[in-house]
Amino acid sequence: MPGKMISTLVYVSEVILAIPFVTVLLLYLSAVLLNWKRGKPWPVSRTLYWVTGHLLALIAVTGPIARLSHEQFSVHMLGHLFLGMISPLLMVLGAPVTLLLRTLSAKRARQVTALLKTKPFVILSDPIITSLLNVGGLWLLYTTELFDLMHQNLFLYLLIHIHVFLAGYVFTASMIYVDPVYHRRSFIYRLALLVIALGAHSVLSKYIYAYPPSGVSRSEAEIGGILMYYGGDLIDIILILIFCTQWYKTARPRCLSPVEKY
Amino acid sequence: MRNRTGHPSAFHSEHRSYLSRNLWSGFLFGIGLVTFMDEFIFHQLLYWHHFYDRTTTAAGLISDGFFHAFSWFATIGGLFMFADLRRRKKVSLKRWWGGVFIGAGAFQLYDGIIQHKIMRIHQIRYVENVIIYDIVWNIIALIMLTIGIYIVSRRTKHA
Repeated sequence: MPGKMISTLVYVSEVILAIPFVTVLLLYLSAVLLNWKRGKPWPVSRTLYWVTGHLLALIAVTGPIARLSHEQFSVHMLGHLFLGMISPLLMVLGAPVTLLLRTLSAKRARQVTALLKTKPFVILSDPIITSLLNVGGLWLLYTTELFDLMHQNLFLYLLIHIHVFLAGYVFTASMIYVDPVYHRRSFIYRLALLVIALGAHSVLSKYIYAYPPSGVSRSEAEIGGILMYYGGDLIDIILILIFCTQWYKTARPRCLSPVEKY
Repeated sequence: MRNRTGHPSAFHSEHRSYLSRNLWSGFLFGIGLVTFMDEFIFHQLLYWHHFYDRTTTAAGLISDGFFHAFSWFATIGGLFMFADLRRRKKVSLKRWWGGVFIGAGAFQLYDGIIQHKIMRIHQIRYVENVIIYDIVWNIIALIMLTIGIYIVSRRTKHA
């Protein structure tokens, strides 16, 4: 791959990307402790999702995977599966907004809720917007010069990695409802966009296999494309399972047998 | 839930809606099942199907990607619909199996004619006389489709 970033810059990028994840992780854990002290225990499962999500994000942006991903496209793709798909999914399951609202005073919680009801957040909860941000961003990255430029420019590198994570998070949060959502969309609407977005992800994977991104060799692009296609599948299955479970709970009949009707 | 059983026509339409849901649940699961078998047997076990071959058209890439995503949903969603029918005690197994055969046959026919031959996403096997494989593939699809339609239409006569 031509134009690799010099190693000190790689190191700087790792520190800059790690700081927000470590900070938010510590904030979450202190909120959990605070709630336990107040006698309002927070589910251990949610805490575990949150911690695992952050560990996977940190594995993607720091250490060997991050370093190797500058040279090997397949490792880069593995890092992106972690940063853009698995870790956002786990973090959504960690229900951070619910924890925040529970921890704050009633007055502050109302302010947060009011903020969440403002236009930008309503727009960011629309699956059309989040799908475009997520999969649209990936198309832009892998089918233009952007991918090559990213490895030469620290600012672009940071911007793209932050985007991949945030877009993955809002995408997941707009498809499965774990935290409070103030502008809810129907199951069928979300489902249609979920299938379109996952389909566009599969099409892009094969496109990468067929037409390597700028600066990537054919054999590397083939491994990366296959990894993106099937790795994406594994996470899609989990996402679809959660989506269907939520539908199954909502569609529960109010009475199960004619006897119970009266 | 409102008590609708008192009204015969409302009961009838509700009954019909459950019958069609049985068909749809089976149909989705049938599509999912046949794409899963395609992936598992022909891509992963036998290595007959290729991930991509250099003749694939753009339409082929798009069709493949979207059906791939849709089939995961179809498998899981079809089974969740079945679970929903079960807890409502509205399962009609003949209707459901009819749907499975129609879904499996219809998708295999689409795959065998449109995706393999017209969009050229890949061939069944990279050998001479692939046409024999194509014929067998599509005949199996037609047989499944016929069985499905037969089961469903027979059921409606009795219902």
